[in-house]
Amino acid sequence: MTTNILEMRSITKTFPGVKALQDVSLAVQRGHIHAICGENGAGKSTLMKVLSGVYPAGTYDGEIVFENETVAFKSINESEATGVVIIHQELALSPFLSIAENIFLGNEQQSGGWIDWNKTNLEAAKLLARVGLKDNPITKVRDIGVGKQQLVEIAKALSKEVKLLILDEPTAALNDEDSAHLLDLMKHLKGQGITSIMISHKLNEIKAVADEVTIIRDGKLIETLDMHTDDISEERIIKGMVGRDLGSRYPDHTPHIGEELLRVEDWNVYHPLDHQRKVVKDANISVRAGEIVGIAGLMGAGRTELAMSVFGHSYGHNISGKVYKNGALVDTSTVAAAIDHGLAYATEDRKRYGLNLIEDIKRNISLVSLHKISKRGWVDSNQEIVVAERYRKSMNIKAPSVEALAGKLSGGNQQKVVLSKWMFSDPDVLILDEPTRGIDVGAKYEIYGIINKLADDGKGVIVISSELPELIGICDRIYTIFEGRITADVPRGQATAEYLMQHMTQEREKDNR
Amino acid sequence: MSAFRSAFNYLGSQLRQVGLIIALLAITIFFQIATSGITLKPINVSNLIVQNSYILILAVGMVMVIIAGHIDLSVGSVVAFVGAMAGVMITQWNIPWWAAIVLCLGVGAVVGVWQGFWIAYFGIPAFIVTLAGMLTFRGLTQIALQNQQISPFPDEFRALGSGFLPDLGGGTSLLEPLTMGIGLLATALLVAQGIRSRLARKKYDVEDEPFAWFILKLVFTAGIILFITYLLASYRGTPIVLVVLGLLTVVYAAVMANSVFGRHVYAIGGNLNAAALSGVKTKRVTFMLFVNMGVISALAGLIFTAQLNLANPKAGDGFELDAIAAVFIGGAAVTGGIGTVTGAIIGGLIIGLLNNGMSILGVGTEYQQLIKGLVLLAAVAFDVYNKRRSGGR
Repeated sequence: MTTNILEMRSITKTFPGVKALQDVSLAVQRGHIHAICGENGAGKSTLMKVLSGVYPAGTYDGEIVFENETVAFKSINESEATGVVIIHQELALSPFLSIAENIFLGNEQQSGGWIDWNKTNLEAAKLLARVGLKDNPITKVRDIGVGKQQLVEIAKALSKEVKLLILDEPTAALNDEDSAHLLDLMKHLKGQGITSIMISHKLNEIKAVADEVTIIRDGKLIETLDMHTDDISEERIIKGMVGRDLGSRYPDHTPHIGEELLRVEDWNVYHPLDHQRKVVKDANISVRAGEIVGIAGLMGAGRTELAMSVFGHSYGHNISGKVYKNGALVDTSTVAAAIDHGLAYATEDRKRYGLNLIEDIKRNISLVSLHKISKRGWVDSNQEIVVAERYRKSMNIKAPSVEALAGKLSGGNQQKVVLSKWMFSDPDVLILDEPTRGIDVGAKYEIYGIINKLADDGKGVIVISSELPELIGICDRIYTIFEGRITADVPRGQATAEYLMQHMTQEREKDNR
Repeated sequence: MSAFRSAFNYLGSQLRQVGLIIALLAITIFFQIATSGITLKPINVSNLIVQNSYILILAVGMVMVIIAGHIDLSVGSVVAFVGAMAGVMITQWNIPWWAAIVLCLGVGAVVGVWQGFWIAYFGIPAFIVTLAGMLTFRGLTQIALQNQQISPFPDEFRALGSGFLPDLGGGTSLLEPLTMGIGLLATALLVAQGIRSRLARKKYDVEDEPFAWFILKLVFTAGIILFITYLLASYRGTPIVLVVLGLLTVVYAAVMANSVFGRHVYAIGGNLNAAALSGVKTKRVTFMLFVNMGVISALAGLIFTAQLNLANPKAGDGFELDAIAAVFIGGAAVTGGIGTVTGAIIGGLIIGLLNNGMSILGVGTEYQQLIKGLVLLAAVAFDVYNKRRSGGR
């Protein structure tokens, strides 16, 4: 009496050097909402990409059974034709087309190559009614908010006769009201017999709508919990998500903490495109000399937005708040000013924001501090090589020479080039955004050593990371951030993964602002 | 054997640069044979330099714009506009020729400020702004000239385009002494600079190119300069435009290779976001590039007008395309971040040689266009192939 609409059996997916999924099995019951949760990088999205054919059959091991038939999707088109539709976190709508055009994109209501506009708009209106969206189907997608766009995506899925709807972090970009509406819609669709898989970090949402929850950690299936029979608390889920041994993956370090170097007060930032949405709310953070401060938050919580807006207003709109350096109010509204005041920001996205990939190592390292190796505007290229050579040796950058192109280095070595660049600028405070993302374990250990060294040199280091064990392993103090608000300031001794995760997934208290 | 291999590997890494020079040599040799020796006759070499000077000058400005990831389609029209202004200033307003030159360079700067503002600070793509500029400045040219041609210009002004440095041999010597002097001096400076920077590198204990390659490069470059010096000296001496072009090339090659400004241009073209997050004032650098391009276009306009002894509403038509082609043949990347001033000059010379050689051979302009188009495509295809072979950059 199998009621499972989907069974994934022993899925193993390997990328060069990494086992992203290891022997993961998943069974989803017909007509249920099945949540999948786990830390960033645990393998949730990979699993869904395997299911939807983004990673075609043959590139993974294991078996997928959908509606009692073994399937081997070679592309998204095949999975969609079978009734499996995935809605990604980054919405895939065309902003300049109408709602109706987007819904039927690639599936046009046509007769003989000509679009039947009446049918298109009529059918679209019916679908919009099903998702509870009252807008006119001829409205351009860019003229509706993110929340409504999410609903359009769902309407698009419904137009494809969806049987299994996969939502990847559906509420990550939504405000409370839109989130609540979306969750209601999911329950409503469940009533119509549509099965959903929902990837989410937000435990309160999982608790509100999910029938089962599957927890994945480090590419392995941890457990599947029944939300109805067992009385599952949020703490119970958190334990499953983070429970792993910390081991000695972090170098020993005794902090020598001095005076306060940087303090950010009442920091508020609005979204650069959606000017109504506050991304950072009344944030207060500080860092002292020799201190390593962590910022723990889930993806979309506002960590990077906080850091980049402080560093030269590189992100956001209508930014307000005060930045104090060594107790004095300073202006960090341009990157050049921020650098002058001794700030450095090493980005989470090395390739897009950190490096000039078509340029060599030495020129990447020197870029921020060209004035240090130049006279009257002319660069001493010999000294540049000497400087780069010094960092190549001290940071252990593995490359044939400092004239190797940055784009040809491995992730770990690219990260070392980024760090070298900022170390050469000799800042007082370094903000390191996901410094170990996409780096293998050995290189991670080296990066931790570098971070400790920077702190020992009397610098303040702020580390933003999705990996809680990493923060717990290296930080003297950790801030948690949730939906743009700093929810806790946790000293080293009290920082446990469970405690942090609690503050990263729910607000300490609902204040009325 | 290993020394040979390392030298060979080094050569491989310099393939683009070496390939460009080989292409230039091959084209020269081909035309030298095909035209039964006319190509390298002193008078032809002199003409080749003079007649291509304005394209080469434009290419110097254009390569910087393209390295930054932009483009300038307006330079042909700016050349015409500045020529027209020079004509109006000198013949109608009776401004002295030297003052007119200064004012015209100022006009170029204003054009650059105008376009640079819209591109850098207002955020309109350079393609659009300069396409608009192409139309506006052509229109302004026609308005300024009232659709008439202006001619003639004073001799001093004309010398800027077609004049030569004074003949110290009194027109009787076999080799003109001033030109020989300049050529020898340039060669000596080149060799001295090469040795000096190599010694400096040694002092810093920096890994350097193989010694044999260093010597070969130095001897080859010196040889080329001396050969051209000899050819020019046995005709009428040094064209004034060559002095202008030479200075421009040396200065801008140095700026792009070794100045903070040049580094910022490469950084912007290579990764705009990373440059901005590294404190590079991306808007200001972009703005300055277009101001610079405006002044360089004005210079090219003055030289072109002086050479033809004519301010013409149709002047400079298509110059932007020749300059852009020169830059891409010279190895610049369409996506920005890659390219050199010397590469652009060599690219411009290749186009000039093709024009010149085919004209001597009596090839019709229709075939000239066809062949130039194919050469541009082949050069960029070679780049793309090279990139793919080395596994992407």
